[in-house]
Order: sequence, then C-alpha cells, then structure tokens
Amino acid sequence: MQGVLYDFTGLIQSIDAVFRASMSDLWATVLEYAIIGIIYLVIYALIGLFLVYAERKVCAFIQVRLGPNRVGPKGFFQTIADFIKLLLKENIKIKNADGVLFNLAPFIVIVASFLTFGTVPFAKGLQGIDLNIGVFFIMAVSSMGVVGILLGGWSSNSKYSLIGAMRSGAQIVSYELSVGLSLVTMVILTGTMQLSQIIELQSDGWFIFKGHIPALISLIIMMIAGTAEINRGPFDLAEAESELTAGYHTEYSGIKFAFFYLSEYMNMFVVSALVATVFFGGWMPLHIGSWQAFNHIMDFIPPIIWFILKSFALMYVIMLFKWTFPRLRIDQLLKLEWQYLLPISLFNVLLMAFVVYMKWYF
Amino acid sequence: MGLKSYLSGLFKGFYSLLVGLRVTNSYFFHPSRIVTQQYPENRKTLKMFERFKGEVILVHNENNEHRCTGCGICEMNCPNGSIEIISKMETGEDGKKRKAIDKHIYHLSMCTFCGLCVKSCPSKALAFGNEFEHAVFDRAKLDKVLNKEGSVLMKGVE
Repeated sequence: MQGVLYDFTGLIQSIDAVFRASMSDLWATVLEYAIIGIIYLVIYALIGLFLVYAERKVCAFIQVRLGPNRVGPKGFFQTIADFIKLLLKENIKIKNADGVLFNLAPFIVIVASFLTFGTVPFAKGLQGIDLNIGVFFIMAVSSMGVVGILLGGWSSNSKYSLIGAMRSGAQIVSYELSVGLSLVTMVILTGTMQLSQIIELQSDGWFIFKGHIPALISLIIMMIAGTAEINRGPFDLAEAESELTAGYHTEYSGIKFAFFYLSEYMNMFVVSALVATVFFGGWMPLHIGSWQAFNHIMDFIPPIIWFILKSFALMYVIMLFKWTFPRLRIDQLLKLEWQYLLPISLFNVLLMAFVVYMKWYF
Repeated sequence: MGLKSYLSGLFKGFYSLLVGLRVTNSYFFHPSRIVTQQYPENRKTLKMFERFKGEVILVHNENNEHRCTGCGICEMNCPNGSIEIISKMETGEDGKKRKAIDKHIYHLSMCTFCGLCVKSCPSKALAFGNEFEHAVFDRAKLDKVLNKEGSVLMKGVE
C-alpha cells in the first residue's frame, strides 16, 4: 500500500532531510523538536476538547437527553466556548495554601499525561517517540500523575481536597498492580515492549485473537483497572461530586482547573490508545491469518482511521462505564482490586506463560 | 469464603454489570427515545400530556354550559386561597330559589397546582388545562374569571 496516508515514514524523513540540508544539524534538531512539541500540544488540546464534547453527548444520549446543542452545529463548539471561559477566569489565590506546591500540582498532572501521549503510535511512522520499553514507560510515567493529585490535595488547605487526594492515592497505587500485571501478560505473548513492534507482530491477527482466553481475561482486567487508574467512571472517588464537591481540584480555578480537566480526558485517550495498541493492533487493519484477499481489502482503509476508530470505540466503552455504574465505596473499591482483580491477573500471568510455553497461541 | 461462592459471586456480578451496560448502550444507539423537548422551536407542534397541570379551568361545553353549582367546596379546599366563589341566588324554572355561580375567580399567581380543587369538586366541574405560557406584564391579568360570559349551569347537575 503506497501513499502518504498509509505510511508516514517517508514524509517525515523527507521533511527531516529538508531541514538538515538548509541548516546545521543542531539547529535542525532544535527546530524539529519545537515543531513536534507545538503539533503535539495542539493535538493534545484539540483531542481533549473533543473528548469533553463527546463525553457530554454520550452522557446525554444515555440519559435520554439531547446534550449541548446551541453553540455551533449540534453544539460542536460548546467546549471551545467553555475553554475560552476558563482561560478568562480569575486564578484565585487560596489563603494559607502552599503556593509553590499549589501551582506545581496541575503541571505535574498534565506533564505525566503529556509524556504518555508522546508514545502513542497514531499510524505507521507517526509516533512521537518509539522507545524500546514503550509499555513500561507508559506505566511508569502515568503513575507520576498521582503525585500531582496528592500535591494538589495537600497544598489546597481544604479538607475536601485532602480526602479526595488520599482516596485517589490509595486507589491508583492499588489498581496500578492490575494494569501492570495485565500488560505483563500481554508482554509475555508479544516478547517485546516496543509499541511499534507490538503492532508489527499483529499483522497476521490481533493479539486479542492470537492470545484467546488469557488475552481476553487480560483485556477485561485492563479495562476495569485502567478506568480506575484514570480516576473515572464508577471509580471517581477522588472527585465524588456528591461527597467532596470536586475532590482534589476543589480549590482550583481558571486555567489550572482546565489542566486537571484536560489531563483527565487525555488519560482516558491514552488508556484507550494503549489497549487498542496492545490488544487490537493499534493502527494495524483487521487481518485474518492467510486470507490474502480479505487482508487486502482491509488495507485500503488508512491505518490512522483504524487507530481512531479503535481508540474511540474503547473510549465509548469507558464512558459507558461512567454513566452506567454507581460509584464504589472505598472498601468495595479495595475489595474489588485485592480480592478479585489481583488474584485473577496473577493467575492469568501464569496461564499466559503456560500457553506461550506450550505454543498454544496462533 | 469458599472457592465456589467466590467464583459464582464473580460471574453473577459480571453478568449483572453486562445487563446494565446493555440498557445504557441501547439508549445511546436509539436517539429517537430522547424525551427532551426543544421548546421555543417546536412551539407549533408541541403537544402537552393529558395529565399536565397547566392551569385550572372550568369546563364548558359547546352550548356554553358548565357544571359548577357554586357550592364553594373548591374554595374551602384550596390551601392558599387561590379560588374565590361569588354566588348569587337564582330563581329556577320551577319557581324555587337556588344558589348559583356568579363569578368563579381563580388567582393563578397564588396557585400551586396541587389539584385539591379538581379532586374535591362534587360535580366534576373543574379540570386542568394544558396552557402553560402564563407570563404577563401585569399581575392583575393573572386573576381570571373562569365561568364564561353568559354561561349557565348544565341541565341535570345538582
């Protein structure tokens, strides 16, 4: 398959060549970093804004309402209006709050989610950075966000924020284990942690089909624990509007609040993108073993469309969780993790190791 | 906790979650079920529901007859005095004098739409209308006389 939409490697290499031909190597590198950084910032903000809109629409439809429908066609520009409003709002200084930590917290949260966003493979050759420990990197960096949440709760000098942050700490530390173990299960099958290679390996079938039963169990655990990890859905104890007003970001206003809000939605995107990459082949079209004709037809749909479709379908599932299930109590939350998800995922690692050892995968 | 109850609890819980997801999912994929009315736009086609309590009306038939005997039970039952009955004595065809309605005054501004007047009316003269656009610039316009000009008591209603 030829053409820019199908393989971005050539395009990016030619842009790189143009830069390096017209200036020194150092400047070319600096300029490329700057351009990529700006592009990623813009995409980050745009996807975040779209996700807020999508969430509001999905929520409205599930609750038999219409949702935003006044600003722009079908209310499409509602979140842009909201964003402008947030930008213009006052940054309130809290009395007796720890100023430095208070201002630092939203940046830690957004940096953590932005770093994971950089490793997401959008299409062939369209990836911010392709680390050979990609899966591990995402795991490690995404758990940095909890530091920001804890700092935000601690420095706000508000009991609601502190309770929200403490809950969030207990929750993320617990569910990190299940996310990690379900990814370990898949890494046993893939044999690599590099995201681009994981996708290449799925060119003759997605891992969800190749790994059959253990992969399916791992997918279910990953979806549940991933939802908990990003403080969403039935696991939003950290925010718990009805109990803690807004949890750890109660005292934040204006752009700092927008950072928390945006990073929450982008974490959802990153989790869906990671699940799509590891289980559903990322940008890889639906290929079935040796059905050449079928594989060829599927190849006509550009990889980036495949990636967007998969990640948005998964995000829809995560949104469905949020608007279907009631919030868990803290004891139920910990029971679910330590009595159900963790033992099952430990068992699942063993099962997958056995399946791989016996070569029972496709 | 035995292994059996652990596993059965796990699968039952999982199944019940899937049932819930199916319900919300079907709502998402059937936008035709949305109940929100886009009011100012659909003003022409908007049909209110049978049980909607817009305002209290005195039902008149096509001969300009109503069923109100002027007994005053609605006035007594109204918890916040929205109804005032002004009655008059009237000589019937048989020469007997009986009480009849002169003015059935309804203060919409005070009404809470509790429905006690409609429920307690012994001759079922009152009902709820569907009109709901009550905003006016003059408060006096909210004091309405419910019996129409020249209307009389329906035959056979005591």
